[in-house]
Amino acid sequence: MKFDDEPTPGEGLPILPGHTSPGRFERILRAGKFAVTAEIAPPDSADPADVFARAALFDGYVDAINATDSSGANCHMSSMGICSLLTRKGYAMILQQSCRDRNRIAMQGDILGAAAMGVCNILCLSGDGVQSGDHPEAKPVFDMDSISALSMVRRMRDEQQFMSGRPISSPPRLFLGAAANPFAPPLDFRPHRMAKKIAAGAQFIQTQYCFDIERFRTFMAQVRDLGLLEKAYVLAGVGPLASAKAADWIRKNVAGVHIPDAVIDRLAGAQDQKQEGVDLCIDLIEQVREIEGVSGVHIMAYRMEDRIGEIVTRSNALDGREPWRPAL
Amino acid sequence: MKAVRLWSVRNARWLKKVYDGLEWILSLLNPILRRIGYDRLDKPFAAVEGVVKGFLFDSQSCGQCTLGETGMACPMNCPKTLRNGPCGGVRQNGGCEIKPEMTCVWVNAWEGSQQIGAEQTIQIIQAPVDNRLKGRSAWLRALRIKVGSAS
Ligand code: SF4
Repeated sequence: MKFDDEPTPGEGLPILPGHTSPGRFERILRAGKFAVTAEIAPPDSADPADVFARAALFDGYVDAINATDSSGANCHMSSMGICSLLTRKGYAMILQQSCRDRNRIAMQGDILGAAAMGVCNILCLSGDGVQSGDHPEAKPVFDMDSISALSMVRRMRDEQQFMSGRPISSPPRLFLGAAANPFAPPLDFRPHRMAKKIAAGAQFIQTQYCFDIERFRTFMAQVRDLGLLEKAYVLAGVGPLASAKAADWIRKNVAGVHIPDAVIDRLAGAQDQKQEGVDLCIDLIEQVREIEGVSGVHIMAYRMEDRIGEIVTRSNALDGREPWRPAL
Repeated sequence: MKAVRLWSVRNARWLKKVYDGLEWILSLLNPILRRIGYDRLDKPFAAVEGVVKGFLFDSQSCGQCTLGETGMACPMNCPKTLRNGPCGGVRQNGGCEIKPEMTCVWVNAWEGSQQIGAEQTIQIIQAPVDNRLKGRSAWLRALRIKVGSAS
């Protein structure tokens, strides 16, 4: 899908009335289309070709790509580097910015830099603890948290000011996002926490992996009752699991991922567990789509990025719509 | 100190009352305090405050207290020093992502704020810490903000 006013790659689209970014992702959501985003695997290399090859796996299947910020506190190519490379080709990027590694001075500088490179979307995260990654001896920064970071970016955009109050001559035109984990305690606080993120500036929400559909349904009903569905777009997090063993490992070792026993049993009972993981992901997409207020899916296919095409096609998540892709 | 801290959260309701009373007394004393000079009082105040709040709440003395808005749980005990709510990594049993043996500070904060009927104030967006205020008296600062003699 190309817009009539599609710019040359790397430049923004005209900002439509009521929009805050010159980006394709905001347009898709505001037009009421069911959106698909996916997480790109950051390479452990300095070779741009690695980034282009990984992005190419998503061509024609996703509306925007999340570039993670050393998630799990493991070192990889930076979100900023990946976004800079890919915006140059015209991809719609979601820059993930965690508070773990940078203080407010670095973060504000990066926000201006990212916007200048054509990034239209930022996802503000608190970030995983350094203890979970490959550099547990590092100094955790956490000068800000995800919510104060959101309000900081919003102020830069809407009031054209740094936190210090110093003016910004040309503000970053961004569509702001936040994460939500409906599955972590305290469960009845989670919808309120999402409300707080929206009050701080979040316009879209990407959730943690949804494997427990019942729980997610309850969460979405609470979110609806708080009147949040009119204020932000919710993309449900989904992803294929490689095997029952992998799933069990993830739920024991990856912070914040909740996988019910039924899911593990389903994988364990399958002949081809990897294929079953893909099928399960497709089923989950179909189920979350039925829930009121779900505006899209965010696919995190860790080490299975090559299966995203199959997942999107078979689930018909795009309703036959063809997302933008780079010209061949 | 962990036991006291949990006790404080469970007794958040009347502790908050005591706390509000203290603020009231301080504002009554304000004319005297102002005459002595806030800056001169900061050190002794901070010392007393550190002991009291350290004992009751495991306070980390950030100098810009949120206890009344965070269910009487000091958010600076969160290993990520999150001041606006729990991260996504809280374990299913309520344990902290980073220190599993500790209950997530925000699980306590949520419990405490329900006790003091502060489900609204926990929604107040807390600005990031002003690192210059660490170790200074948050009581005096709150008082000065209240009487309008500080930013
Ligand atoms: S689990 Fe709770 S205490 Fe631990 S880092 Fe996350 S928010 Fe902080």
